[in-house]
Amino acid sequence: RRLRTCWDNMAFTLYSLIQAAILCVNAVAVLHEERFLTKIGWGVDQSVGGFGDEPGIKVQLMNLVRSVRTVMRVPLIAVNSVCIVLLLLFG
Amino acid sequence: EDLDCHSYNNVGQRGRAAPPAGDSVLFEDTSSAAPAMNNQGYYTPGYNMGGTSNDMQGGAGVNNLFTDPMANAAMMYGSSLANQGKDMVNKEISRFMSVNKLKYFFAVDTRYVLKKLMILMFPYTHQDWEVRYHRDTPLTPRQDVNAPDLYIPTMAFITYILLAGMALGIQKRFSPEVLGLCASTALVWIIIEVLVMLLSLYLLTVHSDLSTFDLIAYSGYKYVGMIFTVLCGLLFGSDGYFVALAWSSCALMFFIVRSLKMKILPSLSSDSMGMGSSAKPQLRLYITVATAVFQPIIIYWLTSHLVR
Repeated sequence: RRLRTCWDNMAFTLYSLIQAAILCVNAVAVLHEERFLTKIGWGVDQSVGGFGDEPGIKVQLMNLVRSVRTVMRVPLIAVNSVCIVLLLLFG
Repeated sequence: EDLDCHSYNNVGQRGRAAPPAGDSVLFEDTSSAAPAMNNQGYYTPGYNMGGTSNDMQGGAGVNNLFTDPMANAAMMYGSSLANQGKDMVNKEISRFMSVNKLKYFFAVDTRYVLKKLMILMFPYTHQDWEVRYHRDTPLTPRQDVNAPDLYIPTMAFITYILLAGMALGIQKRFSPEVLGLCASTALVWIIIEVLVMLLSLYLLTVHSDLSTFDLIAYSGYKYVGMIFTVLCGLLFGSDGYFVALAWSSCALMFFIVRSLKMKILPSLSSDSMGMGSSAKPQLRLYITVATAVFQPIIIYWLTSHLVR
């Protein structure tokens, strides 16, 4: 019983890391390109500039968001389905 | 002295005794050199022993098992299947991570390990922090004490888990699942730290040659400090724990800042660019300092519950 309380706030398992990663990637994948990102100035067509210069943080972030959305769209469907089934079965 | 190590097939340089044939700087995987012979040699005694033991029971047919062409063919087929499986596994693994690159990190020797451990605990007297190259490839840890390696972090990680089990046992809070919990917690923190570092290096377009394994190595060096801290805490009580924590935190922070400064920050001597990139060196400095500051926090977080 004491074991639990000592470890409760810091005991990570690999499963909780996977869950956190899935949630984060889901959050990034949900950002819609034209309805949301361009409205706040984060669309990828607005990332022109800095030809010889190195791209800034914002451009890198936008590229990252766009590539995550493109790459992870299909695998996320599979991973989310598996996660839902597992949670329904095993709580 | 001329170090000719362009093909990792270097034979001992520093006056070691004549190494055995094939002793290379990176140990080569010779297991695939003679598979057929090994398999043959392995199977033969088994069959012979089977033959002789069954002889006493009068099983005359078993004696001819080895000379039976059918069994021979089956054995050949089996060994070729095993080879195919091994090749396939190697191919799949090498798609995710290059095994050669991994071998580079484990090419250590005793002298390197001792020197590195001393530098980790007392980095203030070490003068030259530059990682030496030879024709564009970094030198292996055997030849360069500044090169990161994965042997020390791995061993330190395992030792830390064992030590945590022992510490919990001393406090009568031990159970086998706690060991697994401790291991996965530490592993998760390593993964988080490496991911955050990779993300920040990518966002700031730092074109350094820090690969993922380098980051894993640098973030695994803190386990040496953790072991030292936990040992002192166990031996000398709470006061010893905090003293050792302060000592290893300072040493580790110094070590990380000096090691990463070379790789992340642009060399200040060649300041030919001087464009509007004044924000860049600052941000890179922030990354280095943030990494360094993160170490004592995580050391405290992961060890404080062991020393109560």
